[in-house]
Amino acid sequence: MSGTDETPSAGGARTPAPLGFPEPGPPRFDSVGDVRSRLAEGGYLADDGIAGVVYLADRLAKPVLVEGPAGTGKTELAKSVARVTDSRLIRLQCYEGLDESKALYEWNYKKQLLRIQAQRVVADGDGEPGASGSDLPGAEAGHGETRSGVAWRDLEEDIFSEEFLLARPLLEAIRSQESVVLLVDEVDRVELETEALLLEVLSEYQVSIPELGTVRAERIPLVFLTSNNTRELSEALKRRCLYLHLDYPSLERERDIVLTRVPGIGAELADQVARIVRSLRTLDLKKYPSVSETLDWARTLVVLGVESIDAEQAKATLHVLLKYRSDLERASKELTVADAQG
Amino acid sequence: MLDVLTGFVGELRAAGLPVSLTESLDAAEAVHHVPLEDREALKYALAATLVKSSTHWKAFETAFEVYFAMRGPQFDIDADEGGTVDRPDDDADLPQGEGQRGRQGGGGGEGLTPEELAEMLFRALMNANEAQMAALARQAVGRFAGMEPGRPVGGTYYLYRTLRNLDLDGVLERLMESARQEAPDGTLTPLEERLARDEFQSRLDALRKEIEDEIRRRLVADRGTEALARSLRKPLPEDIDFMHATREELASLRRAITPLTRKLAVRLARKRRHGRKGPLDFRSTMRHSLSTGGVPVDPKFRYPRPAKPEIMVIADISGSVAAFARFTLHLVHAISSQFSKVRSFVFIDGIDEITRFFETADDVADAVHRINTEADVVWVDGHSDYGHALSVFWERWGEEITPRTSVLLLGDARNNYHATQSWVVQEIRHRARHVYWLNPEPRAYWDTGDSVVGEYATYCDEVFECRNLRQLERFVSELA
Repeated sequence: MSGTDETPSAGGARTPAPLGFPEPGPPRFDSVGDVRSRLAEGGYLADDGIAGVVYLADRLAKPVLVEGPAGTGKTELAKSVARVTDSRLIRLQCYEGLDESKALYEWNYKKQLLRIQAQRVVADGDGEPGASGSDLPGAEAGHGETRSGVAWRDLEEDIFSEEFLLARPLLEAIRSQESVVLLVDEVDRVELETEALLLEVLSEYQVSIPELGTVRAERIPLVFLTSNNTRELSEALKRRCLYLHLDYPSLERERDIVLTRVPGIGAELADQVARIVRSLRTLDLKKYPSVSETLDWARTLVVLGVESIDAEQAKATLHVLLKYRSDLERASKELTVADAQG
Repeated sequence: MLDVLTGFVGELRAAGLPVSLTESLDAAEAVHHVPLEDREALKYALAATLVKSSTHWKAFETAFEVYFAMRGPQFDIDADEGGTVDRPDDDADLPQGEGQRGRQGGGGGEGLTPEELAEMLFRALMNANEAQMAALARQAVGRFAGMEPGRPVGGTYYLYRTLRNLDLDGVLERLMESARQEAPDGTLTPLEERLARDEFQSRLDALRKEIEDEIRRRLVADRGTEALARSLRKPLPEDIDFMHATREELASLRRAITPLTRKLAVRLARKRRHGRKGPLDFRSTMRHSLSTGGVPVDPKFRYPRPAKPEIMVIADISGSVAAFARFTLHLVHAISSQFSKVRSFVFIDGIDEITRFFETADDVADAVHRINTEADVVWVDGHSDYGHALSVFWERWGEEITPRTSVLLLGDARNNYHATQSWVVQEIRHRARHVYWLNPEPRAYWDTGDSVVGEYATYCDEVFECRNLRQLERFVSELA
């Protein structure tokens, strides 16, 4: 309620929304180091680049566009930030064919119909039982010009009020009173035209609803957009965002991730896992093992009770890491046969 | 700071990055929020606001290193030279222009021989001592690069000289050797061997990067920021010219092509799905009419069955155009699901069909490798002979061209003054739906020397200049 302009939908009589930016609210992080340590407590190991961009996003009140190969923790980053800042995570999963009514808002037309029906029942009760045959509310205008005209206006104001509005993720994120992290997942899946829906939300943090007016953010949400890079995003979208490219982690970071995420793993095994995965990523594979697959592999090894991997065990469990037959063959060949130069 | 930033943004634009005004304003604001003395933080702040594509990262990094080289803590070459332990300073070899640093040479063991340097480098690499590696890189550049102020050569020349003297391959072998000796039973299992090698390789890469940075720092000091930035400017991966790509550039092209093919495939599939509507789908219309009480308010249509073209690619794979042909084959086969059939032929002066390689191999790189080793493309002397290749093609496969086939001819049409046999192209044109010629040479060179592209062009639907990935991508997406 409180997030909207007070004037109802009386045509052009609405006062223009005051210019300027919504209040960003108190900063969520004190410094880059703060981002890092708090994310680490939440179980997400950020490197300097990640922490820096998250910090800037909070300070500049700008969305972050996170791009990178699948399984490098793009979605996880948003979730972790939400967790450590005690924010509500609102997620908009993008898909082909996503439209306004799924992303922004929709009028609850069933409820509106009911409301109209109810109105008519009340009107019929007043003394014109014969009118119930007509389908359209406007048909009543024939009976008593002034009375039904007023009733219609009342009704219109009534059915285009907040009560009948279904907030979809974007609007919900804007209206929320509490601190919110908005995750727009796999934004590259929507069509180029649909991207435009996001632009108003991302740059002004507001949503314009023709019948209601402009809903502005109470508190600017921290927005993350993720993309798997299956197509080039529009310049307009990119321009409004901070860009973060999440690549496969360095050896040290991957080892630490394995250590924090896999319970009961020894330091030696984690180190070996990270090294083998790095070796695999230097090969020419169809699909490189992602961080999540590394974690799966490490868990597999822990469950199998392995303390230190040898080539045979690695070969036997490689299918957790690699999902193509040709990749598997190549990897097991490369890992077990010493380099020709060696 | 603002001046530097403006210059920096200008440099990025000159390198081909699309940096908008709002983005540079964002950058200026972002800089306020990071501690300026922290170079890494500054780098990420600028990257996040200015660079919006991962393929542009390399160009950004180069420009950043140049523009902000003087301002990093690493630049205090004098200061930390005394700080590093157990390393005698020796800057006596520095050229005269850097004389103010040369005086430091008196500090430690004056005559550090190349052997000692190599030994220390070896130890630093063995123990992964990063600080010392950086210091030694600096040392090595001072000693081996032989940098002369004002000399107009690129940084790669100095890099090459330094690396040649350090013999990193030899160092790698020594590292492996000592790793083997340290192992409990004196040998490593193949797996350990592999892991150790990768570890050392990554340390060596770090060292190489150190050396590059150091050379760049010295060049900046010598020539000034802008001049150096200009000389280091490299084309973005999508703008690299196939014909003149260096080995490194080819590698970056190869990396760029996989995401490109994926993008192209997604885009084409989408285009197909959202194309014009097909005939009325009666069942679906009835099903949806139930919600309106059986009145078919919302007619549903079938998706059209797309007419997928058949493709025949005939590629010259001799010498200089090989890279181009490889990328085109790669691209066409990666999106082969968008065509009903793809057949490929390669020739130099003989011609061979290579479709079978793509069918049996799981990945395109493998197939390309097999083409290079197994395809039978040499007839007499291994110099391009378009005329002979085309006439053999016509004889053996000409019958199989149908009115649904699009024929792509790839090559520079440099025919070594053989007969052109352009009647073949004319015949192909009669049978096929389209005939396109893709030429990797700049348009200005066409029909000069032994290039006969003009003669073939009269029988083609169109001849395209196709010098870089951007042009190639555009062509393929129009084709499908």
